[in-house]
Amino acid sequence: MDLTRKSSDWRSLFNTAMTVVAGAFVVIALIPLLAVLSYVAIRGLSRLNLELLTKLPPPPMVPGGGIANAIVGTLIMVGLAALISVPIGVAAAIFLAEFSRPATARWIRFATNVLNGVPSIILGVFAYAALVVTTKTFSAYAGAVALSILMLPTIIRTTDEALKIVPQEIRWAALGIGAAKYQTVMQVVIPAALPTIITGVTLAIARAAGETAPLIFTALFTQFWPNSLTQPTPSLAVLVFNFATVPFKNQQELAWAASLILVLLVLLTSIVSRLALRRKTY
Amino acid sequence: MPSQLAPSHSLIQRKSSTGQLLDKAFIWTTRICAFAIAGVLVLIAIQVGNEAIPALKTFGLGFIFQQNWDPVKDSYGVLPMIYGTMMTSFIALLLAIPIGVSSAIFLSEDFLPLSIRTVLVFLVELLAAIPSVVYGLWGIFVLIPLIRPLGEWFHEHLSWVPLFSTSPSGPGLLPAALVVTIMILPTITAISRDALTALPPELRQASIGLGGTRWETILHVLLPAAFSGIVGAIMLALGRAMGETMAVTMLIGNSNSVNFSLFAPGNTIASLLANQFAEASGLQVSALMYAGLILFILTLVVNVLAQWIVMKVQKF
Repeated sequence: MDLTRKSSDWRSLFNTAMTVVAGAFVVIALIPLLAVLSYVAIRGLSRLNLELLTKLPPPPMVPGGGIANAIVGTLIMVGLAALISVPIGVAAAIFLAEFSRPATARWIRFATNVLNGVPSIILGVFAYAALVVTTKTFSAYAGAVALSILMLPTIIRTTDEALKIVPQEIRWAALGIGAAKYQTVMQVVIPAALPTIITGVTLAIARAAGETAPLIFTALFTQFWPNSLTQPTPSLAVLVFNFATVPFKNQQELAWAASLILVLLVLLTSIVSRLALRRKTY
Repeated sequence: MPSQLAPSHSLIQRKSSTGQLLDKAFIWTTRICAFAIAGVLVLIAIQVGNEAIPALKTFGLGFIFQQNWDPVKDSYGVLPMIYGTMMTSFIALLLAIPIGVSSAIFLSEDFLPLSIRTVLVFLVELLAAIPSVVYGLWGIFVLIPLIRPLGEWFHEHLSWVPLFSTSPSGPGLLPAALVVTIMILPTITAISRDALTALPPELRQASIGLGGTRWETILHVLLPAAFSGIVGAIMLALGRAMGETMAVTMLIGNSNSVNFSLFAPGNTIASLLANQFAEASGLQVSALMYAGLILFILTLVVNVLAQWIVMKVQKF
């Protein structure tokens, strides 16, 4: 009895055809990535120089200029957001991984995932309602608060995962020689999980740096240097948004250059974190 | 000498009361931070809802079915934006589901060596890392000019179809939906792939052993088994698509009217917020908050369902 299937059998042909189609879809999925990266590189590289990093954006029709104020503004707001979200996020993850009952942890992880799915524009609306309406001014604070909520889920999830893979024996050993619970966590478990936690925080920071929606009506934008945390503050992401839609060539070039900086930031952190997470064994 | 083998009793001490207090304080701090996460969700709902009250009182539920958005007359309705949000999400899902699920299949089976697959999976995930505003910029200068000839052809030959009834004028529903497609692809691919790789190997072995071809195994055994995981992935993608803001705002044209043509400018709730909040005042702010509340509730429902499905799947 012949049990082999001929390659001319329609089932074999269907099999080959489907493989080709699925492979083609992978290629289709990756075309946009290549297209976006290459365009950003081509259009952005021509303006990537010292002037870009040190000068203010010029008024319309004036050549030259840079995006220095937006870089500073992004650094300030993302830094502030990290100052808020890292301690809260890490503490929350410590509770989830170390102290909570499984049922409680499940609900809080659920809430974290749901928070991760809340559109970033809604976080902007929230910060507007909570801070811009009450203080009657657009400010770096409002932008930072919106960004910090955006960063929280990523930080909690990566820290939670990092703590969970620290072997239980390490905790028993620490408690066994008489360490208190907070000593065990702060001096033994956290140091063991630190590389992964730092990776998560870096990813969250890179993501926040590129976010525009939470900033357009909380931090707003200004053409000048940011001089106070309680005033409108420029950022790279909002600069791209504002300059992309004006009909001036110079401004559009600055938008491409700012995009290049944002993309490089995301690309670098993604690759580095990927390499760092690859060796997560003890 | 027994006294050297066993430490004397006095060396083992109870923890000091300050030590115990520190422990308690530490655990309570982490507990408060953890519950604050759930609190943030509630706080968002309360804050946004509170600011929306004036508009809620003035317009009631009619807000959802009203067509005009007129700051001069202080008369507001979000039907066109709800239509735009649904339409862009629908088109994006229509395109992203086949591409995303087949990519997930291709990258979870051993068509290619593992090392190459790992790189491809990473590249697909990178799609999600590129900032939305960069997609918007790319869309304005690359995508819109690229699809214009295509749109003109469709308009010329098929203009009796409502979807192609206007000539492409630049920004519109279609470029916005295409960029959203790109942005939700990684979500569908990554989570569907997780669902597929988590299946027990016995399923595959049994099907191949019975003489099934690889694709018969995939279509009749693996996909049905991973179905709920894939549905979860699609729901998560839908949530992202509905809330996607910057790229859509830059590409959709921001016109507050319902137009069934794919090439006509439209608007979504998210881009309405992005465009008007900074300059709004009075009742307009409240109306925007109301619109934001609607978007928040819509995405919340979709997300909770999606998380619930994904969580159920992960238990196996």
